Amino acid sequence: MTNHTPNRPASPPAGSLWKEGLWAGNPALVKLLGLCPLLAVSNNTVNGFGLGLATLMTLLIANAAVSLMRPLVLPAIRIPIYVLVIASTVTIIELLMQAWLPALHASLGIFLPLIVTNCLIIGRSEAFASRHGLRSSLHDALAMGTGFLWVLVLLGGMRELLGQGTLLDQAHVLFGEQARQLTVQIFSADHGMLIALLPPGAFFALGLLLAGKNLIDSRLTRRRLSTERSVSADIQTGKSLTSH
Amino acid sequence: MKTPTRTGLTLAGCVILAIAALSLVHQLTRERMEVARQQWLLQGLSAVLPEGPHDADPLSTRKLITAVELGSVQPLPLYTVYRSGQPLAAVLSVIAPDGYNGNIQLLLGIHPDGQIIGARVTEHRETPGLGDDIDIHRSDWIRQFDGRSLQTDASQAWNVKKRGGGFDAMTGATITPQAVITAIHRALLWYQQHRDEVFSS
Repeated sequence: MTNHTPNRPASPPAGSLWKEGLWAGNPALVKLLGLCPLLAVSNNTVNGFGLGLATLMTLLIANAAVSLMRPLVLPAIRIPIYVLVIASTVTIIELLMQAWLPALHASLGIFLPLIVTNCLIIGRSEAFASRHGLRSSLHDALAMGTGFLWVLVLLGGMRELLGQGTLLDQAHVLFGEQARQLTVQIFSADHGMLIALLPPGAFFALGLLLAGKNLIDSRLTRRRLSTERSVSADIQTGKSLTSH
Repeated sequence: MKTPTRTGLTLAGCVILAIAALSLVHQLTRERMEVARQQWLLQGLSAVLPEGPHDADPLSTRKLITAVELGSVQPLPLYTVYRSGQPLAAVLSVIAPDGYNGNIQLLLGIHPDGQIIGARVTEHRETPGLGDDIDIHRSDWIRQFDGRSLQTDASQAWNVKKRGGGFDAMTGATITPQAVITAIHRALLWYQQHRDEVFSS
């Protein structure tokens, strides 16, 4: 993979892709993409996991297909082709889920076909897969999809816990009958905050997550700045030979 | 090749590929999907039917009836179950159109004499944590209909207790249980009038 055309930047190292997808450029927490399904479906952990997984699968297939079709696709028709690829992928996933996980399919409802309109996917096709090789594109899809997935699961967990005092309620929908005992009742549902399960609760929970991420980021920056400052102070006092 | 031609051909090629992939997956999943759908339905039906052997698979007795009293102007499926040639039960699909958030779909199993065997909510969009207690997966609320009939409860009793009726409501919700109670009552009244029609072949 050495013949880089101008249209094809060097494949970024895997580490930076993961950092970007999981944290620094997280699709849900930083780019705020795909909020419609994110907010609507995240009323429990299992739904969040199910939709996150479906989105991850779609991203993988779409990114792979778009990356492989790079030599064929002219710029003028690239968007319709991406839409075609994504819509077919989502339909295939929906068919498979309807056949093998009908209960999950029923509980995700309209938000499964709506993955088509998740800007995260067409965004990655356009911004990444159309300019990188298959391997990098798959890596990017995996990182971005996992980034979306963990936020969905965390959001679902928060809302489920606050709203009905459980975690992993209805796990059997995803993992089969023997998973029924995975459900953890932390406190009685009577003491739950109903609002956490309703649409406004989704916004509150997402707001808390965003605030939390920004807090962690600013802490990290401050710590880095202070270490840098002490390092530069060391340099000045120690008359180090290192130059910038 | 000229660019417009190439563009068109590429697009056409992609569409054909997509159609091929989709029909392949559809072929592969069709049977399985039908099985899953039937299982889902059968599960719902057996919850509102008496235990024991039936003359035929309940699903095979499906017929469509149109009655405004059942909550829809569209035809709704109806199932009838016989044992040794005698009518054993009828399962009506009932829609409560006046819930808190859209239609509530119910399956109502009735003995031939009009006594309720059981009722189950099959589809609803009621408020989670409040109205969704009508769902058997959330609470046993819906079981209070078991064994009731027009004889055990007079017309004015088909209401929540708060409004002078004979049925419990769930905490914090009145509209949802009220809608279900009214829909079931209406269905029972309809059944009383149309019993022979239901069990005719």
